[in-house]
Amino acid sequence: MRKVYVKEEACIGCGLCQVYCQAEHSQSKDIVKAFKRETPRPLPRIHVERKGEVCFAVQCRQCAEPWCVYSCLTGAMRRDPITGIVTVDDDKCIGCWTCILACPYGALVRDESRKLVSKCDSCPEHEVPVCIANCPNEALALSTDGENGKARS
Amino acid sequence: MTKIEKVKYLIIGNSAGGIGAVEAIREIDKTGSIKIISNEPYPTYSRPLISKYLASKCSLESMLFRPPDFYEKNNIHTYLGKTVKRMDTDGHTVELEEGKTIVWRKLLLATGGLPIVPQIKNINQRGVFTFITLDDAKAIDGSLENADKAIVIGGGLIGISAAEALVKRGIKVTIVEMKERILNTILDEQASAMAEEALRQAEVEVITGHTVDKVTGERKTKGVRLDDGKEIPCSLIVVAIGVVPRIELAEGTEIKINRGIVVDHNMATSYPDVYSCGDAAEAYDFIYGTNRLTPIWPNAYIGGRTAGYNMAGMKAKYPGGTAMNALNYFGLDIATAGVVAPPDENGYEVLARQNDGIYKKVILKDDSVVGMVFVGDIEKSGIVFGLMRDRVKVSGFKQELVADDFGLVSLPRDLWQERLEH
Ligand SMILES: Cc1cc2nc3c(=O)[nH]c(=O)nc-3n(C[C@H](O)[C@H](O)[C@H](O)COP(=O)(O)OP(=O)(O)OC[C@H]3O[C@@H](n4cnc5c(N)ncnc54)[C@H](O)[C@@H]3O)c2cc1C
Repeated sequence: MRKVYVKEEACIGCGLCQVYCQAEHSQSKDIVKAFKRETPRPLPRIHVERKGEVCFAVQCRQCAEPWCVYSCLTGAMRRDPITGIVTVDDDKCIGCWTCILACPYGALVRDESRKLVSKCDSCPEHEVPVCIANCPNEALALSTDGENGKARS
Repeated sequence: MTKIEKVKYLIIGNSAGGIGAVEAIREIDKTGSIKIISNEPYPTYSRPLISKYLASKCSLESMLFRPPDFYEKNNIHTYLGKTVKRMDTDGHTVELEEGKTIVWRKLLLATGGLPIVPQIKNINQRGVFTFITLDDAKAIDGSLENADKAIVIGGGLIGISAAEALVKRGIKVTIVEMKERILNTILDEQASAMAEEALRQAEVEVITGHTVDKVTGERKTKGVRLDDGKEIPCSLIVVAIGVVPRIELAEGTEIKINRGIVVDHNMATSYPDVYSCGDAAEAYDFIYGTNRLTPIWPNAYIGGRTAGYNMAGMKAKYPGGTAMNALNYFGLDIATAGVVAPPDENGYEVLARQNDGIYKKVILKDDSVVGMVFVGDIEKSGIVFGLMRDRVKVSGFKQELVADDFGLVSLPRDLWQERLEH
């Protein structure tokens, strides 16, 4: 299954993953326009957490047993049985945030202007998700079989 | 002559619990016959969305919990709009209202709850509604044409959701809550006050500490009289004081019932081959460490899923569920779980923080999180709920849990590492 892993020891907290994710999920797909001119402003689905010396990027863990899907009140959240990617159907999401309370990673984002939850979709149109492609220090890596070098999912 | 049908898996209830079960069954057993029976005539829909229906008359299709071809794709036979009248555990049969008998090998009672209706004068007359099913929402909708004012009896989650929908339809709403504050089972005092303020901003009148004594008007509802004698006029009343487990099928059988149908860690009842889940069941609550009613959608689905695996022959353990709710009514974001207002006794520790419309409170016992209330900023509430579910000892970093910049990085290294590697 296609999943992004972060190597904390390599992450420098630059936030470029966030920037490219935001542009990728914008209408214009243009970084400057996405940041400065689009309303509603597109949201990044990955975010960098920082504390002291430690920093890393967090996004959806594409869980095999997804609490968000099991908790979704409307059926908007689904896990694709073939790709394993967890998706949210914008037409069905009502922004109740039950999935946010259910997610132990804090990986889901409130899109308050549209009253929808927003999450990593693993960039289905790209061979490699844009966060990985644009990470300057190779701190993000793609795993397709749940193997990230250290742990199995 | 009665018709007899046979089925491997029989599911009573076509909602969160029932669907959780059949999805799990189909992961394990692709061909075993499945029947779902429900007395509601609709394909599975999201019950909480009846509020959206009442507010905007959205289509049934937009409320469906699963796509329209769900039953066909999963080879599930349905009896919708049919009521199960009797159950014979020894004989492994149920009987439908119309006389049909169904023989089952494994049975799931995902029968949900029934609304509590107080026994007061004129409560059964026109203009008084409950708010549990899509048909309830349709009935209320049908009465709105000349309505201008509504009373909602009960300031819990269902009452608030009914109130919000009515406000959106331009109806003036008064909520009458018996206890001293609204949402009192899922919020603490502070958060209740914030919710009440949001309601007042939307011009909802909130009366707490009072009950309704009687419905006034004969045959046609004219208003209510409160316990202090005060009369409030209205053209419609929504009764939303809670639900009780719907246990009638299990009554008189050997199945153990307490407040709900008692189930073990496999969601099995005390009678072989019969399972239960959801609002009907009393299942394990990991915060209280005992079986309790936790009538919420996620627990119904997850319990149903566990039941389904076990029914299909794969041992699965219910992870346990506790009360947890995220709400977004009247523009206020709230996430709450577990023990929100701890009893005044030793052993509980409360951490709280409030500024600018943001409120965060975490309740600890024996160094583990046993309850939480987040208002305004709820985005990281799931991390705290996850610690609660995993019974993680948090003494070393407890202050972080309510900090403004709380995130995974606030946890000790081994905890965030484990989560990032998931
Ligand atoms: C307005 C409203 C808002 C809500 N909001 C939330 C929320 O925000 N978050 C949350 O977590 N939960 C919410 N809930 C609660 C949630 O909807 C329930 O916890 C959930 O629906 C329980 O699912 P269930 O499968 O156990 O039973 P139910 O959804 O109650 O379904 C049981 C079904 O079984 C049928 N049935 C019962 N007995 C028989 C019989 N003998 N024969 C045939 N059919 C039978 C019933 O008609 C019903 O269709 C809300 C509920 C309401 C009403």
